[in-house]
Amino acid sequence: MVFRDFFSQLNLFVQSKKAGISIWQYPQFLFLVMGIITIAAILTTYAVGIRYVPEPEVVVLIVLVLSAILLIITFTITQSFERLVEANRMKSEFVSIVSHQLRSPLSNLRWSLELLMSGRLGKIEEQQLDYFKILKDNSSRMGELVRDLLIVSRIEQGRVSFKNQEASLPDLIQGVISLSAPFARASNVEIKFEPKNNLPKIFSDPSQLKLIIENLLDNAVRYIKEKGEVKINLVKKDSHFYFGIKDNGVGIPKEDQKYIFQKFFRSSNILKYKTQGTGLGLYITKSLIEKMGGKVGFKSEENKGSTFWFSLPIK
Amino acid sequence: MKKILFIEDESAAQKTIGEVLKQEGYEVISALDGEIGLRLAQTNKPDLILLDLILPKLHGLEVLKGLKENEQTKQIPVIVLTNLEDMSGIEKALETGATTYLVKENYNLEEIVEKVKEALKKFK
Repeated sequence: MVFRDFFSQLNLFVQSKKAGISIWQYPQFLFLVMGIITIAAILTTYAVGIRYVPEPEVVVLIVLVLSAILLIITFTITQSFERLVEANRMKSEFVSIVSHQLRSPLSNLRWSLELLMSGRLGKIEEQQLDYFKILKDNSSRMGELVRDLLIVSRIEQGRVSFKNQEASLPDLIQGVISLSAPFARASNVEIKFEPKNNLPKIFSDPSQLKLIIENLLDNAVRYIKEKGEVKINLVKKDSHFYFGIKDNGVGIPKEDQKYIFQKFFRSSNILKYKTQGTGLGLYITKSLIEKMGGKVGFKSEENKGSTFWFSLPIK
Repeated sequence: MKKILFIEDESAAQKTIGEVLKQEGYEVISALDGEIGLRLAQTNKPDLILLDLILPKLHGLEVLKGLKENEQTKQIPVIVLTNLEDMSGIEKALETGATTYLVKENYNLEEIVEKVKEALKKFK
């Protein structure tokens, strides 16, 4: 029992996964790498030294001084890495705690507004209704931001859980399209989706899939300027499903394309005219798909539109 | 008139959900902490209990346990209404005897009323 614990402590790959960070950011691993480089440097110096320097004492002195310098540098670097990782962890925990605490007040706001706007407490004047609508829309915006932040912190802390079961991707996609229908209508966008028959079921988490599809569809509809069209297609190839969504919206400028999956990133061309939006949707989408064993990508041209795609294993 | 015991410490939730339930014709008894909630359940014998989990004095799960261990209250259907949504918490609540588990964020007032009506019909 003790031996197993000891060896699991030594298994840095396991430990870094538990901490939710990549092995190249895990301080203990970096320390090991630096240690190996240090030893290699010392041995090389020694080998070179005894070859070119006549007095062995001088070589030993050089080697000792070099090891001392390398040790100090290594120590400083790994200390700063550890501080970075710790700061990151605390930041994520902070966001998580605050977002969680915001949920209660947001629910209270939402219910009070629902009660007032229902007319159950008396008729509301036309003019008053306009301002109630502002209250409602803005508390919804806050609610969405809180929801997204909670998902992001769960992803960063490695706490995303997947409840996998058999699900029909075409049905899920249809469901999301129906939910988005009012938004699409209001934006004058037509959504087209013609699934092939006899597609097999996917073994995955339906609620996470829904979230991914919602994110992509919302982006496709939202960033279309005038009358527009969104085309979704779904194919099965070998052991994977391929989902593609094409829009004729504003597209992503070339210089912004490499940042598009980053947290809070919003492209310069859309910031100009649509300031709403959390900038978290694509970060969440990419993280979830990769955790589910899939890949995500896009191609886009400014003012022409974008095509986003993802692939997921069937099992 | 059916009686609903609402155990919840947030006064805004008490007011909004309580108001809608009253308008739907239910008598609503409020309890602002777990201890009072457990006591009122025993003295008033409500037809249904709405229970938050984060409560002062006694945690919601402890209240649930107490309700199910008491002969007089174990038959009363309990709907848990909370912000906590971790899987293990949900499973624990259902295992301890909750009829339904609702995450506040996902429901509006009308939907909560529907769930109350469903539970009352099922557990006549």
